[in-house]
Amino acid sequence: MSVVDEVVGMLGDPFMQRALVVAALVGLAAPVIGTYLVQRRLSLLGDGIGHVALTGVALGWLVGNAMELTPHDALAVPGAVVAAVVGAVTIELVRQHGRTSGDVALALLFYGGIAGGVLIISQAGGTNANLVGYLFGSISTVSTGDVWLTVVLAGLVLGVGLGLRSALFAISQDEEFARASGLPVRALNLLVAVVAALTVTVAMRVVGVLLVSALMIVPVAVAQLVASSFRRTMGVAMATGVVATVAGLSTTYWYDASPGATIVVLALAMYALAAAARPFVRRRPSGPHDPHPQLDDDVQVATPGSR
Amino acid sequence: MTEVVRAQGLRVDLGGATILHGVELAVDDGEVVGLLGANGSGKSTFVRALVGAVPSQAGSVRLFGTPLGRDVPWHRIGYVPQRVSAAAGVPATAAEVVTSGLLHGRRLVPPRGARRRSVEALAVVGLADVADRAVRELSGGQQQRVLIARALVRRPDLLLLDEPVAGVDLPSQEAFARALAGLVAAGTTVVVVLHELGALQPLVRRCVVLRHGRVIHDGAPPRPSPGHDDPHHEHVHPHDAALADEAGGLVPAVRWQE
Repeated sequence: MSVVDEVVGMLGDPFMQRALVVAALVGLAAPVIGTYLVQRRLSLLGDGIGHVALTGVALGWLVGNAMELTPHDALAVPGAVVAAVVGAVTIELVRQHGRTSGDVALALLFYGGIAGGVLIISQAGGTNANLVGYLFGSISTVSTGDVWLTVVLAGLVLGVGLGLRSALFAISQDEEFARASGLPVRALNLLVAVVAALTVTVAMRVVGVLLVSALMIVPVAVAQLVASSFRRTMGVAMATGVVATVAGLSTTYWYDASPGATIVVLALAMYALAAAARPFVRRRPSGPHDPHPQLDDDVQVATPGSR
Repeated sequence: MTEVVRAQGLRVDLGGATILHGVELAVDDGEVVGLLGANGSGKSTFVRALVGAVPSQAGSVRLFGTPLGRDVPWHRIGYVPQRVSAAAGVPATAAEVVTSGLLHGRRLVPPRGARRRSVEALAVVGLADVADRAVRELSGGQQQRVLIARALVRRPDLLLLDEPVAGVDLPSQEAFARALAGLVAAGTTVVVVLHELGALQPLVRRCVVLRHGRVIHDGAPPRPSPGHDDPHHEHVHPHDAALADEAGGLVPAVRWQE
Protein backbone atom coordinates (compact mmCIF):
# COMPACT_ATOMS: atom_id res chain seq x y z
CA MET A 1 0.00 0.00 0.00
CA SER A 2 1.22 3.45 -0.85
CA VAL A 3 1.54 6.29 1.63
CA VAL A 4 -1.58 7.95 0.21
CA ASP A 5 -3.63 4.78 0.71
CA GLU A 6 -2.37 4.56 4.27
CA VAL A 7 -3.41 8.16 5.02
CA VAL A 8 -6.80 7.66 3.37
CA GLY A 9 -7.23 4.52 5.44
CA MET A 10 -6.46 6.44 8.64
CA LEU A 11 -8.87 9.25 7.74
CA GLY A 12 -11.57 6.71 6.93
CA ASP A 13 -11.39 5.14 10.37
CA PRO A 14 -14.27 6.61 12.47
CA PHE A 15 -12.26 6.21 15.72
CA MET A 16 -9.42 8.10 14.15
CA GLN A 17 -11.72 10.79 12.72
CA ARG A 18 -13.14 11.63 16.13
CA ALA A 19 -9.73 11.49 17.77
CA LEU A 20 -8.18 13.77 15.13
CA VAL A 21 -10.91 16.40 15.51
CA VAL A 22 -10.51 16.43 19.28
CA ALA A 23 -6.71 16.51 19.05
CA ALA A 24 -6.67 19.39 16.55
CA LEU A 25 -9.10 21.47 18.62
CA VAL A 26 -7.09 20.90 21.78
CA GLY A 27 -3.84 21.69 19.98
CA LEU A 28 -5.36 24.97 18.79
CA ALA A 29 -6.99 26.08 22.05
CA ALA A 30 -4.52 25.00 24.76
CA PRO A 31 -1.62 27.29 23.67
CA VAL A 32 -3.94 30.34 23.64
CA ILE A 33 -4.54 30.16 27.36
CA GLY A 34 -0.99 28.87 27.88
CA THR A 35 0.35 32.13 26.42
CA TYR A 36 -1.34 34.15 29.18
CA LEU A 37 -0.13 31.72 31.85
CA VAL A 38 3.50 31.99 30.66
CA GLN A 39 3.15 35.77 30.40
CA ARG A 40 2.17 36.00 34.07
CA ARG A 41 4.80 33.40 34.99
CA LEU A 42 2.27 30.81 36.14
CA SER A 43 3.42 28.03 33.80
CA LEU A 44 2.68 25.34 36.37
CA LEU A 45 -0.90 26.44 37.05
CA GLY A 46 -2.19 23.98 34.43
CA ASP A 47 -0.49 21.13 36.26
CA GLY A 48 -2.08 22.13 39.54
CA ILE A 49 -5.51 22.28 37.94
CA GLY A 50 -4.90 18.92 36.22
CA HIS A 51 -4.18 17.23 39.53
CA VAL A 52 -7.37 18.64 41.04
CA ALA A 53 -9.29 17.48 37.97
CA LEU A 54 -8.23 13.93 38.87
CA THR A 55 -10.06 14.24 42.19
CA GLY A 56 -13.04 15.46 40.18
CA VAL A 57 -12.84 12.36 37.96
CA ALA A 58 -12.91 10.14 41.06
CA LEU A 59 -15.76 12.11 42.60
CA GLY A 60 -17.75 11.81 39.37
CA TRP A 61 -17.06 8.09 39.47
CA LEU A 62 -18.26 7.85 43.07
CA VAL A 63 -21.48 9.71 42.33
CA GLY A 64 -22.04 7.72 39.14
CA ASN A 65 -21.63 4.49 41.11
CA ALA A 66 -24.03 5.61 43.79
CA MET A 67 -26.61 6.52 41.17
CA GLU A 68 -25.92 3.17 39.44
CA LEU A 69 -25.25 4.83 36.12
CA THR A 70 -23.71 2.87 33.25
CA PRO A 71 -20.96 3.26 32.35
CA HIS A 72 -19.58 3.97 35.82
CA ASP A 73 -17.51 6.89 34.58
CA ALA A 74 -20.39 8.76 32.87
CA LEU A 75 -19.94 11.59 35.35
CA ALA A 76 -16.12 11.53 35.33
CA VAL A 77 -15.62 14.37 32.84
CA PRO A 78 -18.37 16.61 34.29
CA GLY A 79 -16.82 15.96 37.73
CA ALA A 80 -13.43 16.96 36.38
CA VAL A 81 -14.86 20.20 34.92
CA VAL A 82 -16.42 21.17 38.26
CA ALA A 83 -13.35 20.26 40.33
CA ALA A 84 -10.97 22.01 37.93
CA VAL A 85 -13.01 25.22 37.95
CA VAL A 86 -13.27 25.18 41.76
CA GLY A 87 -9.53 24.48 42.06
CA ALA A 88 -8.53 27.20 39.60
CA VAL A 89 -10.74 29.81 41.28
CA THR A 90 -9.32 28.81 44.68
CA ILE A 91 -5.73 29.25 43.44
CA GLU A 92 -6.65 32.64 42.00
CA LEU A 93 -8.30 33.82 45.23
CA VAL A 94 -5.33 32.63 47.31
CA ARG A 95 -3.02 34.48 44.92
CA GLN A 96 -5.09 37.68 45.08
CA HIS A 97 -5.13 37.72 48.86
CA GLY A 98 -1.45 36.92 48.94
CA ARG A 99 -1.61 34.96 52.20
CA THR A 100 0.28 31.98 50.82
CA SER A 101 2.69 32.46 47.95
CA GLY A 102 1.29 31.21 44.65
CA ASP A 103 4.14 28.69 44.55
CA VAL A 104 3.15 26.99 47.80
CA ALA A 105 -0.55 27.12 46.94
CA LEU A 106 0.21 25.24 43.72
CA ALA A 107 2.23 22.62 45.56
CA LEU A 108 -0.58 21.99 48.05
CA LEU A 109 -2.98 21.56 45.14
CA PHE A 110 -0.69 19.05 43.37
CA TYR A 111 -0.52 16.71 46.33
CA GLY A 112 -4.13 17.16 47.44
CA GLY A 113 -5.39 16.47 43.93
CA ILE A 114 -3.49 13.22 43.35
CA ALA A 115 -3.99 11.84 46.88
CA GLY A 116 -7.68 12.78 46.83
CA GLY A 117 -8.19 11.12 43.45
CA VAL A 118 -6.57 7.82 44.45
CA LEU A 119 -8.35 7.78 47.84
CA ILE A 120 -11.79 8.47 46.42
CA ILE A 121 -11.50 6.02 43.51
CA SER A 122 -10.74 3.22 45.97
CA GLN A 123 -13.86 4.17 47.98
CA ALA A 124 -15.88 4.13 44.77
CA GLY A 125 -15.00 0.49 44.19
CA GLY A 126 -12.60 1.29 41.35
CA THR A 127 -8.93 0.47 41.09
CA ASN A 128 -5.96 2.63 40.34
CA ALA A 129 -6.02 1.03 36.89
CA ASN A 130 -9.30 2.86 36.24
CA LEU A 131 -7.46 6.13 36.78
CA VAL A 132 -4.70 5.35 34.30
CA GLY A 133 -6.88 6.38 31.34
CA TYR A 134 -7.23 9.82 32.88
CA LEU A 135 -3.62 10.05 34.01
CA PHE A 136 -2.21 9.32 30.55
CA GLY A 137 -5.13 10.11 28.24
CA SER A 138 -7.55 7.90 26.37
CA ILE A 139 -8.11 9.62 23.07
CA SER A 140 -8.83 6.40 21.16
CA THR A 141 -12.06 5.95 23.15
CA VAL A 142 -13.68 9.34 22.46
CA SER A 143 -17.36 9.13 21.59
CA THR A 144 -19.38 11.44 19.34
CA GLY A 145 -20.70 13.15 22.48
CA ASP A 146 -17.11 13.79 23.62
CA VAL A 147 -16.38 15.41 20.25
CA TRP A 148 -19.28 17.85 20.65
CA LEU A 149 -18.30 18.64 24.25
CA THR A 150 -14.78 19.37 23.01
CA VAL A 151 -16.08 21.59 20.20
CA VAL A 152 -18.13 23.67 22.67
CA LEU A 153 -15.37 23.97 25.30
CA ALA A 154 -12.65 24.72 22.73
CA GLY A 155 -14.92 27.35 21.15
CA LEU A 156 -15.37 28.97 24.56
CA VAL A 157 -11.63 28.97 25.24
CA LEU A 158 -10.84 30.43 21.81
CA GLY A 159 -13.65 32.98 22.08
CA VAL A 160 -12.44 34.33 25.40
CA GLY A 161 -8.72 33.98 24.72
CA LEU A 162 -8.81 35.69 21.32
CA GLY A 163 -11.80 38.00 21.77
CA LEU A 164 -10.47 39.61 24.94
CA ARG A 165 -6.80 39.34 24.01
CA SER A 166 -6.00 43.04 24.50
CA ALA A 167 -7.52 43.15 27.98
CA LEU A 168 -5.99 39.79 28.98
CA PHE A 169 -2.64 40.96 27.61
CA ALA A 170 -2.89 44.13 29.72
CA ILE A 171 -3.61 42.33 33.01
CA SER A 172 -1.01 39.63 32.35
CA GLN A 173 1.70 42.08 31.28
CA ASP A 174 1.39 44.50 34.22
CA GLU A 175 -1.34 43.83 36.76
CA GLU A 176 -0.64 46.99 38.76
CA PHE A 177 -0.96 49.25 35.71
CA ALA A 178 -4.17 47.46 34.68
CA ARG A 179 -5.57 48.11 38.17
CA ALA A 180 -4.52 51.76 37.89
CA SER A 181 -6.41 51.97 34.58
CA GLY A 182 -9.66 50.89 36.19
CA LEU A 183 -9.72 47.57 34.29
CA PRO A 184 -11.82 44.88 36.03
CA VAL A 185 -8.64 43.00 36.99
CA ARG A 186 -10.23 40.67 39.54
CA ALA A 187 -13.01 39.57 37.18
CA LEU A 188 -10.59 39.06 34.27
CA ASN A 189 -8.20 37.06 36.49
CA LEU A 190 -11.05 34.76 37.52
CA LEU A 191 -12.05 34.43 33.87
CA VAL A 192 -8.51 33.32 32.96
CA ALA A 193 -8.60 30.79 35.83
CA VAL A 194 -11.95 29.35 34.72
CA VAL A 195 -10.91 29.17 31.07
CA ALA A 196 -7.64 27.51 32.08
CA ALA A 197 -9.66 24.93 34.02
CA LEU A 198 -11.88 24.23 31.00
CA THR A 199 -8.78 23.88 28.81
CA VAL A 200 -7.30 21.37 31.22
CA THR A 201 -10.40 19.18 31.23
CA VAL A 202 -10.59 19.26 27.42
CA ALA A 203 -6.91 18.42 27.05
CA MET A 204 -7.18 15.70 29.70
CA ARG A 205 -8.80 13.32 27.20
CA VAL A 206 -5.94 13.77 24.74
CA VAL A 207 -2.77 13.61 26.83
CA GLY A 208 -3.95 12.87 30.38
CA VAL A 209 -3.72 15.00 33.53
CA LEU A 210 -0.02 14.34 34.01
CA LEU A 211 0.88 15.87 30.64
CA VAL A 212 -1.99 18.33 30.27
CA SER A 213 0.09 21.38 31.04
CA ALA A 214 2.64 20.44 28.39
CA LEU A 215 0.10 21.14 25.64
CA MET A 216 -0.47 24.62 27.09
CA ILE A 217 3.15 25.53 27.76
CA VAL A 218 5.53 23.75 25.34
CA PRO A 219 4.06 25.34 22.16
CA VAL A 220 4.47 28.77 23.81
CA ALA A 221 8.08 27.93 24.66
CA VAL A 222 8.64 27.04 20.99
CA ALA A 223 6.99 30.28 19.81
CA GLN A 224 9.03 32.42 22.22
CA LEU A 225 12.19 31.29 20.49
CA VAL A 226 11.16 32.61 17.09
CA ALA A 227 8.77 35.52 17.80
CA SER A 228 9.39 38.99 19.19
CA SER A 229 5.77 40.15 19.48
CA PHE A 230 2.93 38.84 21.61
CA ARG A 231 0.66 38.45 18.59
CA ARG A 232 3.18 36.31 16.74
CA THR A 233 3.98 34.28 19.85
CA MET A 234 0.35 33.28 20.21
CA GLY A 235 -0.04 32.52 16.49
CA VAL A 236 3.09 30.38 16.27
CA ALA A 237 2.13 28.60 19.51
CA MET A 238 -1.31 27.69 18.11
CA ALA A 239 0.23 26.38 14.88
CA THR A 240 2.81 24.39 16.85
CA GLY A 241 0.08 22.93 19.05
CA VAL A 242 -1.99 21.71 16.10
CA VAL A 243 1.01 20.24 14.28
CA ALA A 244 2.15 18.41 17.43
CA THR A 245 -1.24 16.93 18.32
CA VAL A 246 -2.25 15.91 14.78
CA ALA A 247 1.17 14.53 13.81
CA GLY A 248 1.61 12.83 17.19
CA LEU A 249 -1.78 11.16 17.06
CA SER A 250 -1.32 10.09 13.40
CA THR A 251 2.00 8.48 14.31
CA THR A 252 0.26 6.23 16.81
CA TYR A 253 -2.06 4.94 14.05
CA TRP A 254 0.91 3.11 12.57
CA TYR A 255 3.17 2.65 15.57
CA ASP A 256 1.79 1.30 18.80
CA ALA A 257 2.64 4.06 21.31
CA SER A 258 0.86 6.21 23.89
CA PRO A 259 -0.73 9.10 21.93
CA GLY A 260 -0.35 11.58 24.80
CA ALA A 261 3.34 10.85 25.33
CA THR A 262 4.01 10.87 21.57
CA ILE A 263 2.38 14.30 21.20
CA VAL A 264 4.38 15.80 24.06
CA VAL A 265 7.66 14.28 22.90
CA LEU A 266 6.97 15.66 19.42
CA ALA A 267 6.30 19.14 20.83
CA LEU A 268 9.55 18.97 22.81
CA ALA A 269 11.38 17.86 19.65
CA MET A 270 9.99 20.95 17.91
CA TYR A 271 11.36 23.04 20.77
CA ALA A 272 14.80 21.49 20.37
CA LEU A 273 14.64 22.05 16.61
CA ALA A 274 13.58 25.69 17.03
CA ALA A 275 16.35 26.28 19.56
CA ALA A 276 18.93 24.78 17.19
CA ALA A 277 17.60 26.71 14.19
CA ARG A 278 17.17 29.97 16.11
CA PRO A 279 20.35 31.68 14.95
CA PHE A 280 19.22 31.23 11.33
CA VAL A 281 15.54 32.20 11.57
CA ARG A 282 15.79 35.30 13.76
CA ARG A 283 14.39 38.25 11.84
CA ARG A 284 17.11 40.63 13.01
CA PRO A 285 20.54 39.03 13.25
CA SER A 286 22.62 41.08 15.67
CA GLY A 287 25.57 41.26 13.29
CA PRO A 288 26.30 44.87 12.28
CA HIS A 289 23.44 46.19 14.45
CA ASP A 290 24.75 47.74 17.69
CA PRO A 291 22.22 46.99 20.46
CA HIS A 292 23.53 49.83 22.69
CA PRO A 293 21.78 53.20 22.32
CA GLN A 294 24.06 56.04 21.23
CA LEU A 295 24.36 58.22 24.35
CA ASP A 296 26.98 60.40 25.96
CA ASP A 297 28.89 58.70 28.75
CA ASP A 298 28.03 59.52 32.34
CA VAL A 299 31.68 59.25 33.34
CA GLN A 300 34.87 60.52 31.84
CA VAL A 301 37.29 57.79 30.96
CA ALA A 302 40.84 58.33 29.83
CA THR A 303 41.16 56.37 26.60
CA PRO A 304 44.62 54.92 25.88
CA GLY A 305 46.73 57.37 23.93
CA SER A 306 44.56 60.41 24.57
CA ARG A 307 46.76 61.71 27.36
CA MET B 1 -9.83 75.99 39.62
CA THR B 2 -11.12 72.44 39.89
CA GLU B 3 -9.68 69.85 42.19
CA VAL B 4 -8.10 66.97 40.28
CA VAL B 5 -6.74 64.87 43.15
CA ARG B 6 -8.15 64.79 46.68
CA ALA B 7 -6.90 62.39 49.36
CA GLN B 8 -8.41 62.63 52.84
CA GLY B 9 -7.15 60.84 55.94
CA LEU B 10 -5.62 58.10 53.79
CA ARG B 11 -4.33 55.11 55.76
CA VAL B 12 -2.64 52.19 54.01
CA ASP B 13 -1.47 48.98 55.71
CA LEU B 14 0.84 46.62 53.87
CA GLY B 15 2.07 43.33 55.32
CA GLY B 16 0.69 44.21 58.76
CA ALA B 17 2.52 47.56 59.02
CA THR B 18 0.89 50.95 58.61
CA ILE B 19 2.67 52.64 55.71
CA LEU B 20 0.56 55.82 55.49
CA HIS B 21 -1.01 57.57 58.50
CA GLY B 22 -3.90 59.88 57.57
CA VAL B 23 -2.27 61.51 54.55
CA GLU B 24 -4.02 64.57 53.09
CA LEU B 25 -3.42 65.97 49.62
CA ALA B 26 -5.35 68.26 47.28
CA VAL B 27 -4.05 69.01 43.80
CA ASP B 28 -5.67 71.61 41.55
CA ASP B 29 -5.98 71.54 37.79
CA GLY B 30 -2.68 72.35 36.08
CA GLU B 31 -0.49 72.03 39.18
CA VAL B 32 2.86 70.23 39.18
CA VAL B 33 3.46 68.59 42.55
CA GLY B 34 6.65 66.81 43.57
CA LEU B 35 6.36 64.07 46.18
CA LEU B 36 9.62 63.81 48.08
CA GLY B 37 10.91 61.78 50.98
CA ALA B 38 13.61 59.31 51.92
CA ASN B 39 13.49 55.67 50.84
CA GLY B 40 10.70 53.94 52.74
CA SER B 41 8.87 57.17 53.63
CA GLY B 42 5.75 55.92 51.83
CA LYS B 43 5.78 58.13 48.75
CA SER B 44 5.51 55.26 46.24
CA THR B 45 2.76 53.61 48.29
CA PHE B 46 0.93 56.95 48.35
CA VAL B 47 0.90 57.26 44.55
CA ARG B 48 -0.13 53.61 44.19
CA ALA B 49 -2.99 54.18 46.64
CA LEU B 50 -4.08 57.26 44.67
CA VAL B 51 -4.68 55.12 41.56
CA GLY B 52 -6.12 52.17 43.47
CA ALA B 53 -3.17 49.83 42.87
CA VAL B 54 -3.01 49.16 46.64
CA PRO B 55 -6.10 49.09 48.87
CA SER B 56 -6.54 51.68 51.63
CA GLN B 57 -7.79 50.86 55.12
CA ALA B 58 -9.21 54.29 55.96
CA GLY B 59 -9.82 57.63 54.32
CA SER B 60 -10.83 58.38 50.76
CA VAL B 61 -9.40 59.28 47.37
CA ARG B 62 -11.26 61.31 44.76
CA LEU B 63 -9.95 61.73 41.23
CA PHE B 64 -11.65 64.42 39.15
CA GLY B 65 -14.22 64.64 41.94
CA THR B 66 -15.15 60.93 41.68
CA PRO B 67 -14.40 58.39 44.46
CA LEU B 68 -11.97 55.62 43.39
CA GLY B 69 -13.85 52.92 41.51
CA ARG B 70 -15.44 52.14 38.18
CA ASP B 71 -16.83 55.65 37.68
CA VAL B 72 -13.47 57.44 37.71
CA PRO B 73 -12.69 58.82 34.22
CA TRP B 74 -9.67 56.49 33.89
CA HIS B 75 -9.02 57.56 30.29
CA ARG B 76 -7.96 60.98 31.66
CA ILE B 77 -5.37 59.49 34.01
CA GLY B 78 -1.90 58.26 33.08
CA TYR B 79 0.16 56.30 35.62
CA VAL B 80 3.82 55.37 35.27
CA PRO B 81 4.81 52.74 37.86
CA GLN B 82 8.32 52.43 39.19
CA ARG B 83 9.61 49.43 37.31
CA VAL B 84 12.94 47.93 36.47
CA SER B 85 11.60 46.21 33.36
CA ALA B 86 8.62 46.53 31.05
CA ALA B 87 8.91 42.89 29.93
CA ALA B 88 6.83 39.92 31.13
CA GLY B 89 7.13 36.16 30.53
CA VAL B 90 6.19 36.31 26.83
CA PRO B 91 7.79 38.54 24.17
CA ALA B 92 5.89 41.75 23.41
CA THR B 93 6.84 44.67 21.21
CA ALA B 94 7.08 48.23 22.51
CA ALA B 95 3.99 49.13 20.44
CA GLU B 96 1.99 46.27 21.98
CA VAL B 97 2.88 47.37 25.51
CA VAL B 98 1.96 50.99 24.71
CA THR B 99 -1.34 49.91 23.09
CA SER B 100 -2.39 48.32 26.39
CA GLY B 101 -2.44 51.90 27.74
CA LEU B 102 -5.43 52.61 25.51
CA LEU B 103 -7.59 50.23 27.55
CA HIS B 104 -9.34 51.43 30.68
CA GLY B 105 -12.36 50.75 32.88
CA ARG B 106 -14.88 51.24 30.09
CA ARG B 107 -12.84 49.96 27.16
CA LEU B 108 -11.61 46.35 26.96
CA VAL B 109 -10.87 46.42 23.21
CA PRO B 110 -8.43 48.94 21.64
CA PRO B 111 -10.04 51.76 19.62
CA ARG B 112 -9.54 52.34 15.91
CA GLY B 113 -6.17 53.80 15.02
CA ALA B 114 -4.63 52.22 18.14
CA ARG B 115 -1.42 51.35 16.31
CA ARG B 116 -0.95 54.90 14.97
CA ARG B 117 -1.58 56.44 18.40
CA SER B 118 0.90 54.04 20.02
CA VAL B 119 3.64 54.92 17.56
CA GLU B 120 2.90 58.63 18.13
CA ALA B 121 3.23 58.16 21.90
CA LEU B 122 6.51 56.30 21.37
CA ALA B 123 7.70 59.20 19.19
CA VAL B 124 7.10 61.59 22.11
CA VAL B 125 9.64 59.64 24.17
CA GLY B 126 11.97 59.26 21.17
CA LEU B 127 11.38 55.55 20.58
CA ALA B 128 9.31 55.52 17.35
CA ASP B 129 12.05 53.56 15.60
CA VAL B 130 11.90 50.66 18.06
CA ALA B 131 8.09 50.28 18.04
CA ASP B 132 8.32 46.74 16.64
CA ARG B 133 11.27 45.58 18.73
CA ALA B 134 10.67 43.30 21.70
CA VAL B 135 10.76 45.33 24.94
CA ARG B 136 13.07 42.81 26.59
CA GLU B 137 15.71 43.70 23.98
CA LEU B 138 15.60 47.40 24.95
CA SER B 139 17.87 49.00 27.56
CA GLY B 140 16.53 49.73 31.06
CA GLY B 141 16.15 53.44 30.31
CA GLN B 142 14.35 52.71 27.05
CA GLN B 143 11.98 50.32 28.83
CA GLN B 144 11.16 53.04 31.33
CA ARG B 145 10.35 55.38 28.44
CA VAL B 146 8.06 52.71 26.95
CA LEU B 147 6.14 52.79 30.25
CA ILE B 148 5.93 56.59 30.04
CA ALA B 149 4.59 56.29 26.48
CA ARG B 150 2.00 53.77 27.75
CA ALA B 151 0.72 56.48 30.14
CA LEU B 152 0.84 59.23 27.49
CA VAL B 153 -0.97 57.28 24.75
CA ARG B 154 -4.39 58.06 26.23
CA ARG B 155 -3.50 61.79 26.32
CA PRO B 156 -4.07 62.12 30.06
CA ASP B 157 -5.12 65.28 31.90
CA LEU B 158 -3.55 63.92 35.07
CA LEU B 159 -0.15 62.25 35.02
CA LEU B 160 1.12 60.30 38.04
CA LEU B 161 4.76 59.31 37.80
CA ASP B 162 6.72 57.15 40.25
CA GLU B 163 10.43 58.01 40.01
CA PRO B 164 10.41 58.38 36.22
CA VAL B 165 14.07 59.38 36.06
CA ALA B 166 15.61 56.98 38.60
CA GLY B 167 18.63 55.33 37.05
CA VAL B 168 18.28 57.30 33.82
CA ASP B 169 21.35 59.11 32.51
CA LEU B 170 21.59 62.92 32.44
CA PRO B 171 20.77 63.59 28.75
CA SER B 172 17.68 61.37 28.99
CA GLN B 173 16.61 63.14 32.19
CA GLU B 174 16.85 66.49 30.46
CA ALA B 175 14.97 65.18 27.44
CA PHE B 176 12.30 63.86 29.80
CA ALA B 177 12.10 67.26 31.53
CA ARG B 178 11.61 68.95 28.15
CA ALA B 179 8.82 66.54 27.14
CA LEU B 180 7.14 66.99 30.54
CA ALA B 181 7.43 70.80 30.26
CA GLY B 182 5.51 70.61 26.99
CA LEU B 183 2.70 68.62 28.61
CA VAL B 184 2.56 70.99 31.58
CA ALA B 185 2.38 73.99 29.24
CA ALA B 186 -0.62 72.31 27.60
CA GLY B 187 -2.36 72.16 31.00
CA THR B 188 -1.60 68.61 32.21
CA THR B 189 -1.69 68.14 35.99
CA VAL B 190 1.36 66.24 37.22
CA VAL B 191 2.10 64.40 40.47
CA VAL B 192 5.64 63.07 40.40
CA VAL B 193 7.53 61.01 42.98
CA LEU B 194 11.17 62.05 43.12
CA HIS B 195 14.26 61.53 45.23
CA GLU B 196 15.40 65.01 44.41
CA LEU B 197 14.17 67.60 41.95
CA GLY B 198 17.12 67.32 39.57
CA ALA B 199 16.27 68.18 35.99
CA LEU B 200 12.62 68.75 36.93
CA GLN B 201 13.49 71.64 39.30
CA PRO B 202 12.12 74.44 37.10
CA LEU B 203 8.79 72.65 36.63
CA VAL B 204 7.98 71.71 40.20
CA ARG B 205 6.53 74.71 42.08
CA ARG B 206 5.05 72.77 44.98
CA CYS B 207 6.51 69.92 46.99
CA VAL B 208 4.94 67.51 49.44
CA VAL B 209 7.47 65.80 51.68
CA LEU B 210 6.63 62.54 53.47
CA ARG B 211 8.48 61.14 56.46
CA HIS B 212 7.48 57.89 58.19
CA GLY B 213 4.16 57.90 56.35
CA ARG B 214 3.11 61.44 57.32
CA VAL B 215 3.15 64.73 55.40
CA ILE B 216 5.77 66.96 57.04
CA HIS B 217 5.89 69.69 54.41
CA ASP B 218 3.53 71.02 51.76
CA GLY B 219 4.57 74.15 49.92
CA ALA B 220 7.53 75.62 48.10
CA PRO B 221 10.33 73.18 47.18
CA PRO B 222 12.48 72.67 50.27
CA ARG B 223 16.22 73.19 50.30
CA PRO B 224 18.28 70.01 49.98
CA SER B 225 19.71 68.69 53.26
CA PRO B 226 23.31 69.59 54.11
CA GLY B 227 25.70 67.41 52.22
CA HIS B 228 23.25 67.18 49.32
CA ASP B 229 23.40 70.87 48.39
CA ASP B 230 27.00 70.87 47.23
CA PRO B 231 27.02 70.82 43.41
CA HIS B 232 29.90 68.34 43.55
CA HIS B 233 28.23 65.80 45.83
CA GLU B 234 27.87 62.39 44.29
CA HIS B 235 24.39 61.35 43.28
CA VAL B 236 22.68 59.66 40.39
CA HIS B 237 20.48 62.58 39.30
CA PRO B 238 22.68 65.48 38.21
CA HIS B 239 21.24 68.97 38.60
CA ASP B 240 21.52 71.10 35.53
CA ALA B 241 19.06 73.93 35.92
CA ALA B 242 20.49 75.99 33.05
CA LEU B 243 19.63 73.38 30.42
CA ALA B 244 16.18 72.53 31.75
CA ASP B 245 15.27 76.22 32.25
CA GLU B 246 15.29 77.05 28.60
CA ALA B 247 13.03 74.07 27.98
CA GLY B 248 10.37 75.50 30.28
CA GLY B 249 8.54 77.45 27.60
CA LEU B 250 8.50 74.81 24.87
CA VAL B 251 5.21 73.98 23.20
CA PRO B 252 3.48 70.55 23.46
CA ALA B 253 4.89 69.61 20.07
CA VAL B 254 8.25 69.08 21.74
CA ARG B 255 9.84 65.70 21.07
CA TRP B 256 12.16 63.61 23.12
CA GLN B 257 15.56 64.32 21.70
CA GLU B 258 18.89 62.74 22.31
